[in-house]
Amino acid sequence: MPERLHVRKTYKLYVGGAFPRSESGRTYLVDGDNAALASRKDARDAVVAARKAQPKWAAATAYNRGQVVYRIAEMVEARRAEFKSLGVPGKEVDAAVDRLVWYAGWSDKIAQVIGNANPVAGPYFNLTAPEPTGVVGVVAPASLLGLVSVVAPAIVTGNTVVVLTAAPQVAITLAEVLATSDVPGGVVNVLTGHAAETAPWLASHDDVNGLDLTGIEDAELATELERAAAGTLKRVRRPGVTDFTADPGLAPMTAFLETKTVWHPKGF
Amino acid sequence: MFDYAPAPESRSVVSIAPSYGLFIDGSFVEGKGTFKTINPATEEVLAEVALGGPEDVDRAVAAARRAFQSWSALPGSERAKYLFRIARIIQERSRELAVLESLDNGKPIRESRDVDLPLVAAHFFYYAGWADKLAYAGFGPDPRPLGVAGQVIPWNFPLLMLAWKIAPALAAGNTVVLKPAETTPLSALFFADVCRQAELPQGVVNIVTGAGDTGRYLVEHPDVNKVAFTGSTEVGRQIARSVAGTGKKLTLELGGKAANIVFDDAPIDQAVEGIVNGIFFNQGHVCCAGSRLLVQESIAEELLGSLKRRMSTLRVGDPLDKNTDVGAINSAAQLARITELSEIGDQEGAERWSPECQLPDRGFWFAPTIFTGVTQAHRIAREEIFGPVLSVLTFRTPDEAIEKANNTPYGLSAGIWSDKGSRILAVADQLRAGVVWANTFNKFDPTSPFGGYKESGYGREGGRHGLEAYLA
Repeated sequence: MPERLHVRKTYKLYVGGAFPRSESGRTYLVDGDNAALASRKDARDAVVAARKAQPKWAAATAYNRGQVVYRIAEMVEARRAEFKSLGVPGKEVDAAVDRLVWYAGWSDKIAQVIGNANPVAGPYFNLTAPEPTGVVGVVAPASLLGLVSVVAPAIVTGNTVVVLTAAPQVAITLAEVLATSDVPGGVVNVLTGHAAETAPWLASHDDVNGLDLTGIEDAELATELERAAAGTLKRVRRPGVTDFTADPGLAPMTAFLETKTVWHPKGF
Repeated sequence: MFDYAPAPESRSVVSIAPSYGLFIDGSFVEGKGTFKTINPATEEVLAEVALGGPEDVDRAVAAARRAFQSWSALPGSERAKYLFRIARIIQERSRELAVLESLDNGKPIRESRDVDLPLVAAHFFYYAGWADKLAYAGFGPDPRPLGVAGQVIPWNFPLLMLAWKIAPALAAGNTVVLKPAETTPLSALFFADVCRQAELPQGVVNIVTGAGDTGRYLVEHPDVNKVAFTGSTEVGRQIARSVAGTGKKLTLELGGKAANIVFDDAPIDQAVEGIVNGIFFNQGHVCCAGSRLLVQESIAEELLGSLKRRMSTLRVGDPLDKNTDVGAINSAAQLARITELSEIGDQEGAERWSPECQLPDRGFWFAPTIFTGVTQAHRIAREEIFGPVLSVLTFRTPDEAIEKANNTPYGLSAGIWSDKGSRILAVADQLRAGVVWANTFNKFDPTSPFGGYKESGYGREGGRHGLEAYLA
C-alpha cells in the first residue's frame, strides 16, 4: 500500500472576503510552498475592499464587534494544531488567543475609558468620543502573536485594514480563521509578499487614513514610508522593537482612533 | 442701518516699544536681523521685531534644554502655581493685551476683549490645575514630560494659540521655544513680560520671532523632542515629512473647509446668527470657520433672504471701535489670496453678493461676501479661503448633506442646525470632523478638545486629551 498523497494548501491572498491569486500572476517560494506575491494593483484592490467594508463595520454596535473578535479567538483555538504544524509554539497560540479575547472585551469599553464629558463654562452639552480613523495599512510582524497584536486593536474599534506580511503560511491561515469568524469580507485584507515593494503604495495612497509600521525592521524604509504618509497626513504608528508578550496598553487602539467633540446648547 | 457714533477703545492702555528682541533664557536679546510689524487696519508700523536665525534658535533650544532639568523636576504643585500666576496676570492685563492684539492682528476689540483674552486666561487656569494631577489623566501612573517643545503658531488668534500651546506643555513639565507668526509677534512678546512678572524660571518659555525659515529651523532642530504646529495644511505636510524618522512627537492643527448644515426644521433666525458667527467671526480667519453653507433646498430662499438682511447690519471697519463686527484682513498677502479665490468664484460661475459697505481707504479690507450657485467642483467650495467669504450649496436629503459635508480632504469642524434631536445625533455621528457644533458654532472652551480628522491634522488641544501631546 503506497502512503496516501498529502493534499497541499495553496496560499493565496485574502481580499474582500475572498482568496484570489495575485493579479500579477506572481508567486514565490516560502518553505517549499508557493505563496502569492502581491503587487501594487493588489494593494489598491485591497484598499477598495477595505474602504467598501469600513462604514458598515464602524456602524456595527460595539457589542457586535466584540463578539466577532471573540469568535476569532474561538476559531484560532480550533486551529491550534495547524498553527503548531506551521512552527508556531503552543504558548504563542495561547497568547494569540488570549490577546484576541482581551481586545474583544475592549470594543464597548474604549469609548468609556478615553471619552469625556467636558464641563465647559457655559450652558452647553459637550461630549468627546472616539471614532475609527478609517482604512489602515498595516505592515505586520511575522509571528502569529505579532500579527494578531496589530490587527485586533485596529479592527475592534471599527477600522478596516490592509495587512502586508512576509509570513504567508501563518497569515493566510489566520485569514482562513477570519473568513470563518463572522468578520465581514473586506474588514481584514491580507497581502503576502515584500513590504518594500507594496508598502510604499499604501503609504502614499490617498484613500488610506492610517499606517502601522510595527512589522518593519528596516529603519530607513520605515522613515521613507513615514515621509510618504505625510502626503495625506496619515496617522502613523511606529513603536519600534516590540515585546508582544507584554501588556499592550491602549496605544495600539488609540493610534487609529479620532476624537470627536460634539456641542449642543442647553435651554428650555 | 443705524448710524452709530464711533466708540473707540483707548490705545493709551498699551505702550508698544519701538523695537523688540528675542526672549531667550529670561532676557530680551538681539536676533540675526529685524522686521517690522504693522497695524493691518492702518498700515502704520507698530514696532521693529528681531528676526530669529539658526544660531538664535540654537540658543533658545539650549536655554529650554537647560531649564528642562529643573522645571521637570519641580513638584507639579509648584508648576501649577506658576501657571495660576500667569493666568491671573493675564486677567489683570487683559484690557492692555486685548488692545494690543487688535492693533497687531486687525480683529475687532469686541472679539479680542470678549473672546480671545478670556479664553487665554481660562486656558492657563485650566492646565494649571492639571500640573499636579497628571497621574490621574489616564496616560499611565507616572506620565513623564517629553523635553523641549518647539511650537509654531498662526496669526489668526495669536495669544490664544500661544496659550493652547504653552499651557499644557508647561503643566506637563516641558519647556518651550515658541515662534509666533511673522505678522503678529507682539502679544507673544508681551507674554514674555508676563512670564517675567510671574517670575517663571529662566528658559522655561522662550519666544523666537521670525518668518517661515525661523519656524523651519525650530521644528527641524535635533534637540527638540516635541513639535506642535498650527497653520496651513501645506506647511503641516512639510513638517510631517521633516519630522519623519526622528521620533519627535508631532501634533498638527491645520486647515479646514467646514460644512454648516441647515435643515428645513431649523430655527431660521438662530441659524442665521450661527452662519454669520461661523464665517464672519474674526474676518473668517478661522481654521474651523463654517465656510460652506449647506442649506436644505426647500428653505434656501427664505434663509438666504434673512442672511442677506443680517449681513447688511454688519459693521466693517476700525478694529478698536467697540461697535465693529468685522475688522481688518490681517495682511496684504492674505487679502490678495482672498481676492484671488473670490475672483475664481466669479469666473467659475458662482454668484457673488456683498452688502453695501464703505471700506476704509488705508489698510486691508474685504467686505463680507457670499457666493450662491456654488457646486462641489468649484474651487471656492474646495479650498480654504481663510477670509469672510461663504460658499452656499444646497441639498435635499440628510444623506446628501452628509455626503457633501464629508466631500473634502479636511475634517476639522462642522455645524448642524435642526430642531430634531435624533437627526442631530445621527448626522453628528456621520460627519468626519473633530468638532461638531449643533445649533451653535465657533464655541471654544479649555476643557473641550479641539482638532481635526483627515488632512486637518492630528492630536488634540484642550481638555484632558490635550495633555497627551506633551506626555510620554
